[in-house]
Amino acid sequence: MATTTPVGTLYRGGEGMWTWVLHRVTGVAVFFFLFVHVLDTALVRVSPEAYDLVIATYKTPIVNLLEVGLVGAVLYHALNGLRVILVDFWSKGPRYQRQMTWTIAAVWLLVMVPGTYFMMIHTVEALFGSTP
Amino acid sequence: MSAPSIDAPRSPQGGRRTSQRSNFELYSWLFMRISGLVLVFLVLGHLFIMNILDGGVQRINFAFVAGRWASPFWQSWDLLMLWLAMLHGTNGMRTIINDYAERDQTRFWLKMLLYVSAAFIILLGTLVIFTFDPNIG
Repeated sequence: MATTTPVGTLYRGGEGMWTWVLHRVTGVAVFFFLFVHVLDTALVRVSPEAYDLVIATYKTPIVNLLEVGLVGAVLYHALNGLRVILVDFWSKGPRYQRQMTWTIAAVWLLVMVPGTYFMMIHTVEALFGSTP
Repeated sequence: MSAPSIDAPRSPQGGRRTSQRSNFELYSWLFMRISGLVLVFLVLGHLFIMNILDGGVQRINFAFVAGRWASPFWQSWDLLMLWLAMLHGTNGMRTIINDYAERDQTRFWLKMLLYVSAAFIILLGTLVIFTFDPNIG
């Protein structure tokens, strides 16, 4: 093959890099949570009391807020994963990858706003004591 | 800003037997996409039911779990989700270790730790789903 001068641009700095970084960070975070989650669920084999005691921590305000973070991380990883699949397998995927990035950002926000409301409503009511 | 150029990749060495190379990385790449697609439905469905629907996490306790695992449908859902999520996550972590751990020894031992702990979690989770007893205690 004849010698060719490589032409191309580095991936660094654009949306492509940041979606990739976020995909890794959210993936690792969700993976570590999965370990903890299998262990806490395994307490159903110990006793109902042990399970209920540990699950009670999931209902506290700070952990409740972390759950919103977990759902946000999983949702981003899922949406961006679908985008990666489309870039890989859809013939027009690479051409529309940037539009797909902004689409998943919009979908993420549209789901997270009501999602956060329903996940936090009990905690907010318990903390700031409106009508039960 | 001008685009920086990238060096040409190393040219294939003469006489290298391509037939001896395994397709493991290809199958692993494909597995990430197939399992990912299935997990989108399994995990987002799980999060919606557990964290948002009908009071969310506040209503979860032993009796709630017992009610769900009385159904083979939710047992199968959770079992498939456990296996796919753990294999998908373990394969992702394997990629990250390969990318960032530079010393051969470090890479090897980090991956051993990953595989042993992942196998433990998969087996523990499977055992819990199959041996769950609602009348325990």
